[in-house]
Amino acid sequence: MKTNIDKFRRFLKRTFSVELFVGLGVVLREMLKKNSNHTMFYPMEKVNIDARYRGVHKLLRLAESGNERCIGCGLCEKICVSNCIAMDTKLGEDGRKKVINYSINLGRCVYCGLCADVCPELAIVHGGDYEFASEQRAYYGFKEDFLTNIKDLKEQKEFEGYGALPNDADFKVKLTPTTYIKKDQEND
Amino acid sequence: MVKITINGKTYKCEEGEQILKIARSNGVFIPAICYLSGCSPTLACRLCMVEADGKRVYSCNAKAKDGMNVITSTPDIEDERKAIMQTYCINHPLECGTCDQSGECELQNFVFHMGVDTQEYAIKDTYKPMQNWGLIDYDPSLCIVCERCVTVCKDKMGNNALKTVPRNSEPFDKSLKETMPKEAFAVWNKFQKSLIGRNDDGLSCDSCGECAAVCPVGALTVSSFKYKSNAWELTKIGASNPHSSDCELIYYDVKPASIEDRKDKIYRVSSDFDFGELNKAARFGFDFHNEKAHKDRIVLERIIKAFKENKIKNIKFNSFITNEEAKMLSILKDKFDVKLVNKEAKKYQEFLKEFSKYSGADLYNGDFDTIKSSDFIISAGSFLRHDAPNISYKLNNALKINKASALYFHPLKDSVVEGYSKNLLGCKHSSNLDIEILLWILQKFGKNLPKWLQDKFDSEFENIKKDILVDKKETQTKIVKKKVKDEDGKEVEVEEEKEVEVVVKTKKEILINVSKYSKMLGLDEEKIDKLLDKKTKFSLIIGEDFITSKNAILLAKLTGLIQKYSEFNVLIIPPRTNSLGVALICELDEMMDGKTLGYNEDGDITLGVHGCDLDAPALNQQEGTFVNLEKRVVPTNPALSYDGYELNDILKALNLGYEYSADYTDKLGSKFKNIKFDDLENSYDNSGKSHRGYKLNIKHTESIEDEFEIISKNELIDEENTIYKANPIGQFSKFTNRASALNSVAKLYAGEEFLKTHSLEDKDLISIDRNGKTLSLRIELDNKTDGAYLPFFDDKIDVDEFFDGSRYSKVSLKRSEV
Repeated sequence: MKTNIDKFRRFLKRTFSVELFVGLGVVLREMLKKNSNHTMFYPMEKVNIDARYRGVHKLLRLAESGNERCIGCGLCEKICVSNCIAMDTKLGEDGRKKVINYSINLGRCVYCGLCADVCPELAIVHGGDYEFASEQRAYYGFKEDFLTNIKDLKEQKEFEGYGALPNDADFKVKLTPTTYIKKDQEND
Repeated sequence: MVKITINGKTYKCEEGEQILKIARSNGVFIPAICYLSGCSPTLACRLCMVEADGKRVYSCNAKAKDGMNVITSTPDIEDERKAIMQTYCINHPLECGTCDQSGECELQNFVFHMGVDTQEYAIKDTYKPMQNWGLIDYDPSLCIVCERCVTVCKDKMGNNALKTVPRNSEPFDKSLKETMPKEAFAVWNKFQKSLIGRNDDGLSCDSCGECAAVCPVGALTVSSFKYKSNAWELTKIGASNPHSSDCELIYYDVKPASIEDRKDKIYRVSSDFDFGELNKAARFGFDFHNEKAHKDRIVLERIIKAFKENKIKNIKFNSFITNEEAKMLSILKDKFDVKLVNKEAKKYQEFLKEFSKYSGADLYNGDFDTIKSSDFIISAGSFLRHDAPNISYKLNNALKINKASALYFHPLKDSVVEGYSKNLLGCKHSSNLDIEILLWILQKFGKNLPKWLQDKFDSEFENIKKDILVDKKETQTKIVKKKVKDEDGKEVEVEEEKEVEVVVKTKKEILINVSKYSKMLGLDEEKIDKLLDKKTKFSLIIGEDFITSKNAILLAKLTGLIQKYSEFNVLIIPPRTNSLGVALICELDEMMDGKTLGYNEDGDITLGVHGCDLDAPALNQQEGTFVNLEKRVVPTNPALSYDGYELNDILKALNLGYEYSADYTDKLGSKFKNIKFDDLENSYDNSGKSHRGYKLNIKHTESIEDEFEIISKNELIDEENTIYKANPIGQFSKFTNRASALNSVAKLYAGEEFLKTHSLEDKDLISIDRNGKTLSLRIELDNKTDGAYLPFFDDKIDVDEFFDGSRYSKVSLKRSEV
């Protein structure tokens, strides 16, 4: 236990020690220095966000074919804690499940990342966009807003954040017997 | 009653009952995929194995014996079960993410339950493309060949439309036989040999969709539902089939229509397939609702004014209404002295009234259970699969499971019904015969009949000569060829005469005493006596033909006598969804001069679901109850929102009504119980016992035994040009025709024989003439019958003009030149 005298001594030490002036000196130096990087000129300048940051969602495409990754399984819709995801699906002409539309109420989303975590195809991921101020509480984003533009496919980056596979995933996955059959056939 | 012990607990059961059935009824879990309640066991999955008195048996077909000790799970059995589930997963596509069954998939559930987490076995996969079977899609790669679809089609629906076909899979490693557990190998071996296919290219299929309902995986799916929604997104709303009088338990599966349109939409209809089969209309005819209803205050005020000024003299309606609405109509009748006009319910009401006078009971005593448990069933006056498909399912089930026998009387042949069983005798009779059928039944099965009737029946026999074949021994000389060795050792054929005793069948004439009625009907009494051997539980199904017949009153009396004086449980099929409810609640009248308010029918001012002056809710938009053919008051719930006025709003505006329609449920009348709508249950329990609403009690009164005249009013009509009034399978009314999956245009449905006699062909354009009225329509071949029938589901044509109340009519047919 510290007595009141101890506390008074600590107060004196902190108030009158040199550290305060060291700090003031640093500030003064940075103020006068040219090209200082401590102040960001937002919104002209934006902070570099880490891959693990959970910003506004993105829907990714397959890098090779440009097809949508989303298979419409509905797991993100199911797991969403704030119940803000909805999707419409149908039978596509190619016999596959097609996602007609996809919506997230960004005003309601708590950016928990569960949708990205649960997505078996790494289709819905979090992007770095953190600006979602809007005029209304409800603010919807639709499929066209989230989906990578086919023109920008080359710039689409593989997601590294929450829910992404580890780099050594290929080695960790156990092969099924069917894979061995296929390998045997290839060797034949 | 005997007792068996399952996992240390003792349960009462019937001797010979299947162990799985006992366990299920008592809430003991035994895993099983291939077994369906009420069907014969297929032994395809073998998951249901248990240890009974130390021996391993399959509980789906092992029968209970007194004092039997059953253990449902041992480490050995668990290992086998896990291995079986593992083999089911071999090459099962990993597309649960998009599969429609995901979330209610039994393969998913059991794989998880047994803890399958690795795969040790493999086989090269083969290409198995998706197949479209009309309203159903079949994806063979998802199929686990449990054969539930085949079983349900055979044992319940009766169409026998499915079968197993060769799979043509790659040969597998023989060493698997040693390495795989025994049971798992047997299951897998069978699985690798077969797939599901359709009999005769799907011609015998009625598209009832029950196969898709029972499919434990996503192999059989409803095409229109494919990839529309995950199972877990749908809210199930318990209701009753609004289209036919079985009023079977259905669930409307709803969720918002789309991201933009948050109004609920029905995505599909599901059911409790173990105990309540659905017909095609119930499963696919769900979107017949009033979409764009609005409250038209001006029309409402006009109707109210007309009531207040006593201008409305008639209310014309049909039986596609709830009991509550029927009660509202009878309140309007009491208050404003309007006539309630409902032709078809009136006929049914009159039939029931006459029936109860002579039977001494105010209701018939048959229901689904009595049919299912019967071993001798007669159906008369009903084109069963078209009029009341659910009764045909129960009839078929009794034939298959109880080894029952049956007689099916109808002027139109139905090859599907005749194919139900060898023990079903189809009796095609002339359309002017109907009382003869009931007279024959009374004569043959009646006991302690009133004297006048007994005397009449005793005289209605005649001696006829009949040729029978008798065995007789005869000696005949025959030339027999013989091989004899001659002196050189060569074989030579020698002919030799020999006398042989041969049994020859010769004709012998004898006199037999035959009922006149069975002679008229062309019945083979010998065959029937064979069918009747050792039968104890009898059911009689009476259909709409009798209710609309010119002899209806007489037929009702005879039906009453059959219920009273024979062992038959009688069921008189209500022709429309709630005919029975309407008949019990409303007092029906003939039309009077004056203005008519039409409720879903024509009138001077109309309210109704489609194209009427004032919008009314469809049956999937309102709450209420129906009385089904089992005399059960079953609840139905609104699946979709509705923005217009309903019948109760008219009553409320006239200061007669309660706040909600459901407030009438406990005030329907003396025949009904005093139970509030919200207290009505709607489900089956694990033993198949129905907890749907409540059953009406039969009140017994004194019956009449007076003599009455038995003379048929039917005229002999020329059979060749007779057409019949019936809808094709899946259609019941203009409401089913509104549904997108069922919508079609009326045609004259005719069998091949009918087409041949009129030298017509499928798809010909014809005109039907009767009393100067003509109707032009196309012909559609129905290869399951031999006659022709004209449907009444299409409200664009008025079929009643071609029939005078009865279901048969003589018309002239002409091919139209195009």
